[in-house]
Amino acid sequence: MKLLKCPVNGLRPIDEFAYGGELREMPDPQSCSDGEWADYVFNRTGAPGVKPEWWYHIPSGTWFVAERNTVTDMVERTYFRGEA
Amino acid sequence: MPYRLIKFAFSKQHPEAAFFRQPAQIRDSYDAVIIGGGGHGLAAAYYLARDHGITNVAVLERGYLGGGNTGRNTTIIRSNYLTPEGVAFYDASVKIWENLSQELDLNLFYSNRGHFTLAHTESAMRTMRWRAEVNKQMGVKSEVLGPDDIQQACPQIDLSCAGHAPILGALYHAPGSVARHDGVAWGYGRAASQMGVEIFQNTEVTGLDIRGGRIHGVQTNRGNIKTGKVLSAVAGFTPRITQMAGIRTPIVIHPLQACVTEPMKPWLNTILVSGSLHVYVSQSSRGELVMGAALDPYELHSTRSTLDFVEGLSSHILDMFPFLSGIKVVRQWAGMADMTPDFAPIMGRTPVAGFYLDAGWGTWGFKATPISGKTMAETMARDQEPELIDAFRLSRFREFELTGEKGAAAVGH
Ligand SMILES: Cc1cc2nc3c(=O)[nH]c(=O)nc-3n(C[C@H](O)[C@H](O)[C@H](O)COP(=O)(O)OP(=O)(O)OC[C@H]3O[C@@H](n4cnc5c(N)ncnc54)[C@H](O)[C@@H]3O)c2cc1C
Repeated sequence: MKLLKCPVNGLRPIDEFAYGGELREMPDPQSCSDGEWADYVFNRTGAPGVKPEWWYHIPSGTWFVAERNTVTDMVERTYFRGEA
Repeated sequence: MPYRLIKFAFSKQHPEAAFFRQPAQIRDSYDAVIIGGGGHGLAAAYYLARDHGITNVAVLERGYLGGGNTGRNTTIIRSNYLTPEGVAFYDASVKIWENLSQELDLNLFYSNRGHFTLAHTESAMRTMRWRAEVNKQMGVKSEVLGPDDIQQACPQIDLSCAGHAPILGALYHAPGSVARHDGVAWGYGRAASQMGVEIFQNTEVTGLDIRGGRIHGVQTNRGNIKTGKVLSAVAGFTPRITQMAGIRTPIVIHPLQACVTEPMKPWLNTILVSGSLHVYVSQSSRGELVMGAALDPYELHSTRSTLDFVEGLSSHILDMFPFLSGIKVVRQWAGMADMTPDFAPIMGRTPVAGFYLDAGWGTWGFKATPISGKTMAETMARDQEPELIDAFRLSRFREFELTGEKGAAAVGH
């Protein structure tokens, strides 16, 4: 079974986690253009590589960031948002 | 027959013609280049030649023909979608499928089975009624059936699903069919090749030559090619190609897995899908049960498959068919599904002039192979999309005009 390291609970089986998608910066909805907003809502960095992603540890309700290689599925590190 | 086979085995001439010509040299320039030798790319090449007389075309395939999702899919063909645009599009495809074996002069084992989408909850029943009404309105055969009808069509099914997910009814779609997937790639490839299209395997596009907002050619591991028209039909590799083109899209790649059992005597005539149990099953003409499930839960550019998948799938298949407990799974595999947020494809022109996209086929694109080939060929020839694919344009994501097909495509592919 694949394991993922939660910053609070340590290594746990991957079943205990939910995937939250790529970490993206939200543009300011008041000042950005419709095009910038649509890009934020819909478009993604789909190309393979190491990317920061949101992950959620379901039993403990913990959201955190994992840097994961989307080709090899190796997780390079996990941390809380802002603590990188 | 045995005599012919023995003669063939001992012959040094190999009298059977190769399926398609394999020219040794790639030329410096073509009228059009198609990236991807899956069903979609080869069908587009075929219709470019047949309908538009454009035969100076190269199809470039990084591996072997049909080795992508075309040769990995579970071959379900249907048109019982949710949006009128989706229903019209997939129905046009079904109409081509019905005569495709004759047209390509190759037995595609197109087999009309009927397709049941099982509903285990009231809310699922509501979606079934919705789909049935949209389908009927569009002249597509779909109706809601009760448990008795399901039992009659498939006496082996346990309608209570081991007691925890009783089946309340189903959406029945009579045109639902299966076909031989690799045959489709080979059939289109051969027919295109006969009209002059050149097919190159082991040829990977590594870059795009874009200047002044327009495509001028492609770079490959076998040299550069000049051309004014390029179609990207690479399914799970789409984000790599759009990155080369500098185009942003919503496409993300998730693995989709499937498996087959050892062959059994024919007992399952129909195609069965259960959204609640996240499984679907049909029996191939070789007798294997072909089974699949929903997408893997997170993004991954890989065709590895997992034990978790077969375990989860088997437990749900056993809920429906307890008597299968002694049957062995003999093969499992995965493909890379190019997913869009609205479960509809992305087809047509792009911000780069002369560069066309046929992508976002996710878990549902095999059935669309004929019609996507036909409409993309028209788009390339006229530099303008036919109305049939307008709802699938890339710009819909800028215009907040999505084509929501999730209710008809999340588990049933
Ligand atoms: C397990 C599974 C089950 C499915 N079940 C169904 C189903 O029941 N019904 C249904 O309708 N759909 C189904 N699908 C979806 C369907 O398989 C695909 O949408 C469809 O086959 C896509 O066809 P294609 O020709 O666009 O892509 P592919 O067949 O993937 O062809 C793309 C080709 O492009 C090549 N390529 C990529 N990059 C390059 C490059 N840089 N240079 C040159 N060549 C390149 C690849 O090698 C590949 O051969 C399923 C998919 C999977 C994975």
